[in-house]
Amino acid sequence: MQSCQLSADWQHHSTSYEEPTLGDSPYGSLWPLPQKVQISTVVFKLSGASFHIFDAKASSSGASCRLLQNAYRRYDEYIFTSSRKQGQNKSKKALASDMSELQVWITSADSECDSYPSVTSDESYKLSVDSPVAVLKAPKVWGALRGRGHSFYSTHCLYSDEEKSINRTDIHDFPRFAHRGLLLDTSRHFLPIKVILANLEAMAWNKFNVFHWHIVDDPSFPYLSRTFPQLSQHGAYHPYTHVYTPSDVKMIIEFARLRGIRVVPEFDTPGHTQSWGKGQKDLLTPCYSGASPSGSFGPVNPMLNTTYDFMSMFFKEVNTVFPDAYVHLGGDEVDFSCWKSNPDIQKFMEQQGFGTDYSKLESFYIQRLLDIVTTTNKGYMIWQEVFDNGVKLKSDTVVHVWMGNKVEEELQKVTEAGFTTILSAPWYLDYISYGQDWQKFYRAEPLSFKGTDAQKKLVIGGEACLWGEYVDATNLTPRLWPRASAVGERLWSDRDVRDLNDAYSRLAKHRCRMVQRGIPAEPLFTGYCAHEYKGV
Amino acid sequence: MEEKTISNSRRCYKQWLCFMVLFMSFSVIYVDAVWPMPQMISSSMARYTLNPREFIFQYSSGSSAQPGCSLLDSAFERYFPLIFTDYRAARPRQHNEWFRFPFTVVVHVERAECEGYPDADSSESYKLSVCSGQAALRAETVWGALRGLESFSQLVYQDDFGEYFVNETEIEDFPRFQFRGILLDTSRHYLPLHAILKTLDAMSYNKFNVFHWHIVDDPSFPYQSSTFPDLSSKGAFHPSTHVYTQIDVKRVIAHARLRGIRVLAEFDSPGHTQSWGKGQPGLLTPCYKGTVPSGTFGPVNPANSSSYKFMTHLFKEVTSVFPDSYVHLGGDEVDFTCWKSNPDVRGFMLKMGFGTDYTKLESYYMENMVNITKGLNKTAIVWQDVFDYHEKIPVDTVLHIWKGSPGQIQQELSSITLAGYRVILAAPWYINHIDYGQDWEKYYTIQPLNFTGTEQQKKLVIGGEVCMWGEYVDATNLSPRLWPRASAAGERLWSDEKMTSSVIDAFPRLVDFRCRLLRRGIQAEPLFVGHCRHEYQGI
Repeated sequence: MQSCQLSADWQHHSTSYEEPTLGDSPYGSLWPLPQKVQISTVVFKLSGASFHIFDAKASSSGASCRLLQNAYRRYDEYIFTSSRKQGQNKSKKALASDMSELQVWITSADSECDSYPSVTSDESYKLSVDSPVAVLKAPKVWGALRGRGHSFYSTHCLYSDEEKSINRTDIHDFPRFAHRGLLLDTSRHFLPIKVILANLEAMAWNKFNVFHWHIVDDPSFPYLSRTFPQLSQHGAYHPYTHVYTPSDVKMIIEFARLRGIRVVPEFDTPGHTQSWGKGQKDLLTPCYSGASPSGSFGPVNPMLNTTYDFMSMFFKEVNTVFPDAYVHLGGDEVDFSCWKSNPDIQKFMEQQGFGTDYSKLESFYIQRLLDIVTTTNKGYMIWQEVFDNGVKLKSDTVVHVWMGNKVEEELQKVTEAGFTTILSAPWYLDYISYGQDWQKFYRAEPLSFKGTDAQKKLVIGGEACLWGEYVDATNLTPRLWPRASAVGERLWSDRDVRDLNDAYSRLAKHRCRMVQRGIPAEPLFTGYCAHEYKGV
Repeated sequence: MEEKTISNSRRCYKQWLCFMVLFMSFSVIYVDAVWPMPQMISSSMARYTLNPREFIFQYSSGSSAQPGCSLLDSAFERYFPLIFTDYRAARPRQHNEWFRFPFTVVVHVERAECEGYPDADSSESYKLSVCSGQAALRAETVWGALRGLESFSQLVYQDDFGEYFVNETEIEDFPRFQFRGILLDTSRHYLPLHAILKTLDAMSYNKFNVFHWHIVDDPSFPYQSSTFPDLSSKGAFHPSTHVYTQIDVKRVIAHARLRGIRVLAEFDSPGHTQSWGKGQPGLLTPCYKGTVPSGTFGPVNPANSSSYKFMTHLFKEVTSVFPDSYVHLGGDEVDFTCWKSNPDVRGFMLKMGFGTDYTKLESYYMENMVNITKGLNKTAIVWQDVFDYHEKIPVDTVLHIWKGSPGQIQQELSSITLAGYRVILAAPWYINHIDYGQDWEKYYTIQPLNFTGTEQQKKLVIGGEVCMWGEYVDATNLSPRLWPRASAAGERLWSDEKMTSSVIDAFPRLVDFRCRLLRRGIQAEPLFVGHCRHEYQGI
């Protein structure tokens, strides 16, 4: 409760974090920092009039690749927005030293232009900027998005100048981790589609590639299911204004795909399901007060066959709606008190020989759920409790580590058991505090636990989580950016990239770039952007 | 229906009866919807349907304000769409248009200061009676009428089918504290004009009445002075995009005036002045390293008479630009190390007989500043540091408390008021400090008068202020960080403390109120899990 950092020292303007010294990074505004980058002092001019992005002749993707064509247009707008508005494109002739084109060359035979990104997608790229042509080479479109998506623009540092310019640069880049996710919670507060799309866009600028959509939970069920429309009819905050229709979901998935972002939905059970109960009778366990039902409900009722019939049909739908190879099944924070109060459950426990160990009942439920989901050919992700409770998991299960205590121990155990894992514990962005807490997120190191190289390889990435208790459309975006950007660099860049001063300098510029592109990313500290946020 | 109206209208004449209903009506939704809570409010379940096409504002025949009172005319224009949030033809009908059953808000003002500015002693009290198919709003001043219009707008609610209603209600209201301020800091980050204007809008919805504009500080000097243009051309983050021109400042003052809000300008010195030095060479103290200047600068140089000449010119301008009769002189957090290093300053200390007590030097400087302001017929407000150093300052100076533990704050309140000075409390409401969870409760439960002192001393606490310092705040996150957290302080400063002592009672009211703010386009963040009928539509 106490605001510890502040009471100690009564200054108007104290800060609890060390203030990084301001200085220019040799890497300009590159964020996240590429794996290998060489920037020369030779500068080329970019002119909006003559500059073009197009497919290299030898590229396996051509004009029919909507994904790349869209990306070209997007970034062309980002790069030249301000200068074209200022009328700088008045047919200036390209000088000899001008940079006049960017060639995009997809080198492998299958560009994957029409597929969905996956955990094994190749996101590597090489970018060589040398007059008069810059060449972006990538095996797949996903790498091209990362290269286009970011580095090319980032390298030119002189935004305030009317002329855009770019240094001679060589980049060879690839992600450190394959899973770089962001969790948004649309149950505690409903997030309008517009907000989700804007943040997918910002994710792409930060090279995130997984949108973990914590779509339903206790407070509300905004997912409009075709099979069980009553779930949102009764479980959403409002059946029409606070729901995601099938076409909304489709739009989000395609918007994400065009940016190389996977959409992994989470349908968390058996706990966190209060809102499910409103539209689906008998799904939840009736809690008892003494010998009679109290009128309140607990987790999903694990002893009824109807529960599993429902889950089969429901996840069949989820499987067809969400193309990603994974679905997140939750499994966290199951409260046993309601199960314990229910005489039918007590009897069932006895029949099954579970004694009074309710975690066995939980495992019983999860086991059957996993079997159901396995038949739909989806892989699954689960929160760490499911692993901790000893549920038998498929070998390709991703265990999601979120608990703040004993993180290293947990990573060690999970990987020792041979499971892939992702880390969220250090990156709960909904926890706010005064000052530059991005440094804390930035310093976190996913592979600091003890283990073999093989174990370390099982850590496939991490996720920043923005839970929704105190967050909705009014404050989500400034609370997320640029704090999530710190996580973005930790997950993309080399382990040795951890100089806070260098990071501060680049991140301050990166955040101004986000602001200029219309994302209200909050400031890191005192200072200014050439183009301040225009909305309110 | 007819019968109900009659029986209820009878009750309107017996207001004492209405007040008895007060505490029984809290469980009824919508009825206690006014934030901050009026001093006295009672309402019944009887309600009137409001139709935007049959709704007018009107001046009472005996009112000293009549059509043409710019302040109230524009308030009517403003409140019509705030009351009828879905109605697209944004203009209210004129009073001379004919209706069969118009619902009329009859406004009566005793003293019409329609072209004036609100000031420290402006009355904001009003009486509002929604009864017999109309609303009667009576106020001594136009400022009170503005507060009453705000309350009326909050009494109106919509049902699920979009129909507008107002319940029969009696309100008698006045502020607990005269000074209810919000500080914005436009030096650490530049706030675009629209962000300031939007904040003023939200302030009026919360009945705040002072915008404390901490306009300049170390990092930047965005105020474009007509006397000393170099101050902003060299001291602002950017000389043309990150400045407030004279026109901008006028616009802020005009926008605030229309909402009954004073604009209190702060030009903090002698510390917090790094940005001043860029455009005014010789103003700041050169720091020394050994016997040579180190190239860095400290606070304003108090040993040079030119410093005071400059300040006199600057404040002459400032006091003519800002119409309020108060001006904030700052005076906080002066670091003595640079003064100590400078041989000229040391020589001056010797000459003045200050010994090595640099607080005496600071006192000397502040005394001069207060006298300059006095010469310009303005009253000075200064941060508590000035009192703490026992400087000789005129007894009408207002002290501004900003630091300390709860115990220290109480002590400070006691000793400042014992010395006979008026005081403004800001320390508990440093809202730029953020924390996980519902910290509005912390701001809500502050008891400003809980300190040892006589009745007379307590009267010297003229109000409080919410401070949003700018280290981590700019236009991207200002609004959600300010609202509804500042609303908690707003109610503390306006309402009766006993009536509003329960956080549990306040919660559902504040939840409603924040949804109302959203509906009005204010980006107020959620208090907890839940939803508003109309969510925020921006990003």
